[in-house]
Amino acid sequence: MRHESPAKWPYFALAGIGLAAIPLAVGTAAARKRREMRGEHDSAPGHTARRASFGDYHVVGRTVTIARPRAELFAFWRDFQNLPRFMANLDRIEPGGEPGHNTWHIRAPAGKVYAVDTRIAREVDGELIAWRSTEDSEIDTEGRVTFEDAPGDRGTRVGLIVAYKPKGGVIGDMIATLARRSPELQARHDLKRLKMLMEAGEIATSARTCADLPTEKEAR
Amino acid sequence: MRALTWQGTQKVSVETVPDPEIVNPRDAIIRVTATAICGSDLHLYDGVIPAMRPGDILGHEFMGEVVETGTDSTLQMGQRVVVPFTISCGGCFHCRITQFSACENSNPVEKQDMSEKLYGHPMAGIFGYSHMTGGYSGGQAEYVRVPFSDVGPIVVPDHLDDEKVLFLSDILPTGWMAAENAEIQPDDTVAVWGCGPVGLFAIQSAIAMGAARVIAIDHYPHRLELAKQLGAETINFRLTDVREALMEMSGGIGVDAVIDAVGMESHGFAVDNVIDIAKQKVGIGADRASALKQAILAVRFGGRVSVPGVYGGMTDKFPLGAVMEKGLQLRTGQTHVQRYMADLLAKIEGGEIDTTFLISHRLPLEEAADGYKCFKEAQDSWTKVVLKPGMAAGTA
Repeated sequence: MRHESPAKWPYFALAGIGLAAIPLAVGTAAARKRREMRGEHDSAPGHTARRASFGDYHVVGRTVTIARPRAELFAFWRDFQNLPRFMANLDRIEPGGEPGHNTWHIRAPAGKVYAVDTRIAREVDGELIAWRSTEDSEIDTEGRVTFEDAPGDRGTRVGLIVAYKPKGGVIGDMIATLARRSPELQARHDLKRLKMLMEAGEIATSARTCADLPTEKEAR
Repeated sequence: MRALTWQGTQKVSVETVPDPEIVNPRDAIIRVTATAICGSDLHLYDGVIPAMRPGDILGHEFMGEVVETGTDSTLQMGQRVVVPFTISCGGCFHCRITQFSACENSNPVEKQDMSEKLYGHPMAGIFGYSHMTGGYSGGQAEYVRVPFSDVGPIVVPDHLDDEKVLFLSDILPTGWMAAENAEIQPDDTVAVWGCGPVGLFAIQSAIAMGAARVIAIDHYPHRLELAKQLGAETINFRLTDVREALMEMSGGIGVDAVIDAVGMESHGFAVDNVIDIAKQKVGIGADRASALKQAILAVRFGGRVSVPGVYGGMTDKFPLGAVMEKGLQLRTGQTHVQRYMADLLAKIEGGEIDTTFLISHRLPLEEAADGYKCFKEAQDSWTKVVLKPGMAAGTA
């Protein structure tokens, strides 16, 4: 973890990505040297590091400022049925048997949909929701969304970080390919759609007719 | 409906296309009664703006009658409205501080990547101005879908003719903001490069704001004559050394503020290619930046540089040293049209501003392709073309 302000950036769930990745890296003195040289102590969020991955994890992250109250945004996100409204690759979310368990149905190229079982790893009302794939899931993934008051009356800073660790196999490869092809694209686009929905009440489109609306939620 | 469509470099044609529909709750459909060809439309016509696709409907200066409204539109059927060329949501940080042309939500997500890469931030949506600014269908058509119709369009009273208010959509607020950016003080001399529509309106605005002298620079005699009629002194740069003349005319101090209403249309897909693409496409890139360079050299120490002219990419040999050493202030940007519309409408209604002098030609929409050709090739006499979808063909 390069981020050094634990008060704003509690260590839990996804922060564990960095912590989990580090033991893999500290196996050799060379790796330790690299870590020293890349400036562990600057103030930038970890996911903006120039390196492409954290151990075996691919990490994408993005922050947007949304001119709406923090509580409203938290409540919107916490109702997971809202997520497919702005997450392009998410077909639907089904609640699982136990509280906090959900199955994310993720859309993949060629019209395929894959299921990823997750549980809520940590939740702080109005501030943060973190989730993690269950042990028997075909991919190892974690995500975290944080809500923080923006300065003045600018609203709320919403930060999303998602990490994938491919476990091999078809789905793992697919997810890894998606993540590598455009590391920031998905998180960035999803958050921009959320911002539009919350600030403008609708998601902007230049479609002239309803028939022109993209059949997929996002042109790939 | 019928609409003017871009088909390729210097190829536009009026085609029959599907009518627009209400797609989002805040939409309205406008039946266009008047729409103008903008100087910046010629950049599209010349093919120097990237991300155009054959069939795209052009036009970002338009007005008309509300004929259909979405559930969240505040407009009413039958109202006459002028529509700003910038599309703004009204709810984001920039809209809230009235920087409407920086709206964060009006450019569809999947269209934002190119400008985000090129400029560091994505552009807002603009009607009929390439897929980099959203790919929205423009107003040179019988009907337009207007998103966020509760924020942008301004209702105009029935007693004001279309021709009196149409330019509220772009060039009048653009000229006004250009003069505002020049921060004109009572004794100031202001020099304006380019006597196209924006330059002429900047001259008009600068005089309205109390500039002591305005000096207009161009090479088309008719356009210089229009500037003179507005109250400006003129310099024909084909006949005169501009910097030398401005120094003499300002008693050796230099002019207090300069406005570059010329612009340069260098654009590119990727940052690395911008310079090369600009040179390749524009060919005379260095010449085209010369207005701004000349303005920077002519303005006095501590002066203001206002740039309403359109620039898209990067430029060579920018006199940054002069900007720093002379302590210049540089102000620029796409116009925050919604910020200015109501005040300017009041000035039109009160008779303080009349923009109809600019219109040289009125054509039916069906003859729009001819309008583009003449506007490009006969710039001296074709100062502004207004297209009227309701006008019968052959009556121009």
